[in-house]
Amino acid sequence: MSNEEIVSTTKMFLVEEFEVNEADILPSASLKDTLDLDSLDYVDLVVLIDSHFGFKVEQQDFVGMVTFQDFYNFIIKKVNK
Amino acid sequence: MQLRRVVITGTGIYSCIGKDVSEVTKSLYKGQSGIVFSQERKDLGFRSALTGYLDKPDLQGLIHRRYRNYMSQEAEYAYLSTIEALKQAKMEQDFLDNNEVGILFGNDSTAKAVIESADIIRTKKDTTLVGSGAIFQSMNSTVTMNLSTIFRLKGINFTISGACASGSHSIGMAYTMIRHGYQNVVICGGAQEVNAMAFGSFDGIGAFSIRESAPTQASRPFDIGRDGLVPSGGAATVILETLESALRRGAPILGEVIGYGFSSNGGHISQPNVDGPSRSLRMCLKDAEIMTKDIGYINAHATSTIIGDMNEAKAIYEVFGTEKPLLSSTKSMTGHECWMAGASEIVYSLAMMHNDFIAPNINLETPDEDSAKLNIAKTTIEKNFDIFLSNSFGFGGTNSTLIVKKYKG
Repeated sequence: MSNEEIVSTTKMFLVEEFEVNEADILPSASLKDTLDLDSLDYVDLVVLIDSHFGFKVEQQDFVGMVTFQDFYNFIIKKVNK
Repeated sequence: MQLRRVVITGTGIYSCIGKDVSEVTKSLYKGQSGIVFSQERKDLGFRSALTGYLDKPDLQGLIHRRYRNYMSQEAEYAYLSTIEALKQAKMEQDFLDNNEVGILFGNDSTAKAVIESADIIRTKKDTTLVGSGAIFQSMNSTVTMNLSTIFRLKGINFTISGACASGSHSIGMAYTMIRHGYQNVVICGGAQEVNAMAFGSFDGIGAFSIRESAPTQASRPFDIGRDGLVPSGGAATVILETLESALRRGAPILGEVIGYGFSSNGGHISQPNVDGPSRSLRMCLKDAEIMTKDIGYINAHATSTIIGDMNEAKAIYEVFGTEKPLLSSTKSMTGHECWMAGASEIVYSLAMMHNDFIAPNINLETPDEDSAKLNIAKTTIEKNFDIFLSNSFGFGGTNSTLIVKKYKG
């Protein structure tokens, strides 16, 4: 899967799951604020990543992950590992 | 302390015979069944593939995705019945925010949510992957915990599990709390999930009708040819408040709860008896301070099982004797709505009382010896009546009876 495909897939499930406009998902935008995430929502991000990319994210992996670009970079790194 | 009068100011329903009170009233009048054959259940090895059919509620756009994620199937049904009831009661969010409004709902299973979570844990060997909503969908209080959060309720808040009398007990308990001054307004009702997982174990004990060739004729309470109940569900909401509160708010007064009776059989876990229901009936009549001749209609619990219908008929005959008020089991159309039934049957009976008719006990062709002693409405009967009684009984021998009167000032 190319990096573009990973970003595209990620955007798609975020738009669907968190019911936000795709236009608001900018690389520099805040993941937490844009998606209006609370602590329980991070559990669902774990589920979504597992179902789309087949790997398990640990809760602590979200520490320091601020923007969507941070989120994409994390997934890209894991997928390409 | 002066006991307070308790009135009903709102009702809502989501059932297999209609998605709101208006639709349900038409179905009741026409004697229309909501029972279908489910191929899914047959494929799963069910003895009976019969069920009430309900569309899946579409709540997108109505409530935030986070709340939807926490809602079980029965909570979704209850949300829809509750917004209808609140609207009718003229109870807006501003009122809920500024008053101590309680919630007591009957529910006694969350099988779908529990089994789906268990399947994920077994497959993935990981608990996080069940997602954040699973815990809130899986707890038996799923309906009250979700609705109390969505509507920001600040009064009493818990779930009543009394098997197939759960919905009735929720109204009875709310009535008791309001009557004695502990609460002014309580949203109550009953909810019942409708899916294969919810009814697998019930099907397993052979309690369901296998008249699969004629689904709408399968639920036939009091008929000699009955062969079991048909499972169904949905949700019903009844809003109770003090008469004073209703008058002050200018809310419509749909009826007054004047009696609640209850008892436990003290016997077999699934086989009902006559004594328990009989004591519940007598207690309710005593609480209401009325005579048997005052009852204009009885909504029977009768589920279409041989011993259940027979013992209820005996209990009613024992208490009412030759008075013989008109009676029907709306389960002949809806199937057995289980945890919801005691609440939905109050909604059905109120709809009849306000539209001057008695819904038929459809599929009753030949009553058995005990049923023949009752005055069962086989067809729709145009009738004005002012007081009705509703019976609900459940596994473990729990019994509940409610009496509701038309409000006339």
